[in-house]
Amino acid sequence: MSVLAYLVAVWLLLAGIYGVVTSRHLVHLVTCLSVAQASTYVLLLAIGYRSGAQAPIFGDIPQSTPVVDPVVQALTLTDVVVSATVSALLLAIAVQAHKRFGSVDPDELNALRG
Amino acid sequence: MSRQVRCGLALVALAALGATLVVAVGGLEPFGHYPGPYGDVLAKVVPGERHEGQLVAATVLDYRGFDTLGEELILFTAACGCVALLRLRRRERGSDLPAHERPLPSFAARAVGGALVGPVLVLAAYVVIHGHLTPGGGFSGGVIGAGALVLAYAAGQRVRLRRVGSIAMLETAEAIGAGGFAALALGGLLAVGATMQNFLPLGTSGMLLSAGTIPVGNLAIGIEVAGAVALIVAEFLEQALLEERPEADHSSQDAGLDAPRR
Repeated sequence: MSVLAYLVAVWLLLAGIYGVVTSRHLVHLVTCLSVAQASTYVLLLAIGYRSGAQAPIFGDIPQSTPVVDPVVQALTLTDVVVSATVSALLLAIAVQAHKRFGSVDPDELNALRG
Repeated sequence: MSRQVRCGLALVALAALGATLVVAVGGLEPFGHYPGPYGDVLAKVVPGERHEGQLVAATVLDYRGFDTLGEELILFTAACGCVALLRLRRRERGSDLPAHERPLPSFAARAVGGALVGPVLVLAAYVVIHGHLTPGGGFSGGVIGAGALVLAYAAGQRVRLRRVGSIAMLETAEAIGAGGFAALALGGLLAVGATMQNFLPLGTSGMLLSAGTIPVGNLAIGIEVAGAVALIVAEFLEQALLEERPEADHSSQDAGLDAPRR
């Protein structure tokens, strides 16, 4: 079971990409992209996890206590922010696409281009 | 390429990618056995160097602070991009309905939303200014603060975001936050010779006013994130209003034939 958390990350990535490829709605597509991005949070946090260790905050615990890795948690924070901004931008573009093409089906946007 | 062919190709590619990744994660350290060394190094040096125990905040705002500067500018740019994309549409529809002709949300939404706006703002401020002591900080606190705007919207208090200048206020908050964080980075460069280096008194570990530049950075990020997220949400809400407006126009005109306007 020592790789289960990593396999969750792999599964999230694959499920997210599958959703993007088969999507029939731009908002659904953006959500699927968020799912794929969520795999990186799971992977990063899983790498930094240490069995039985505390959260990396020395407020009430002595400094000798083993703690999980704060670096990957900071990376995950960056990741979440970037993911949210990407989603916001893509949704704004989806609004524009709906305005211009009258459709939110990625296939139809493709057909209208030519 | 037809849909079937594309999905078939995607399944083959995903199977290959999945198999590769499964092999790859098999070579990682077993789950729960973090090998170090960076986290352990930080756990040793942060309390002494920064007089604070929140290692994640110290990583985000000092040891990887330059990266956070870039991240914050990503957020800033993305918010500008959203506004630019969505504002193109805003001009396309005619004048707004006067406030009293807009349908009011239900009493429950108004009561709960209105009652929660104040406490949510207090919570956001708490999370931001205690970011160097407890879990939280500028990013999470800023998002909570932007949530207060959504509550205000649900409560029907928002209405004329554009006219009362709220949008301009949000833009200003975003700019002040981003500029403040950049100034903090620059301050370290000018005062001590390295970007993001601490140049404020460190104080006593565990106190509210301690850890030098970290709480100041949290405050700047909190203002910026709250402004940026609220701005993005406000622009999307404005879109929703534009979509609804034609129906509202008809109903008010129909009503106007029979009954005098309020």
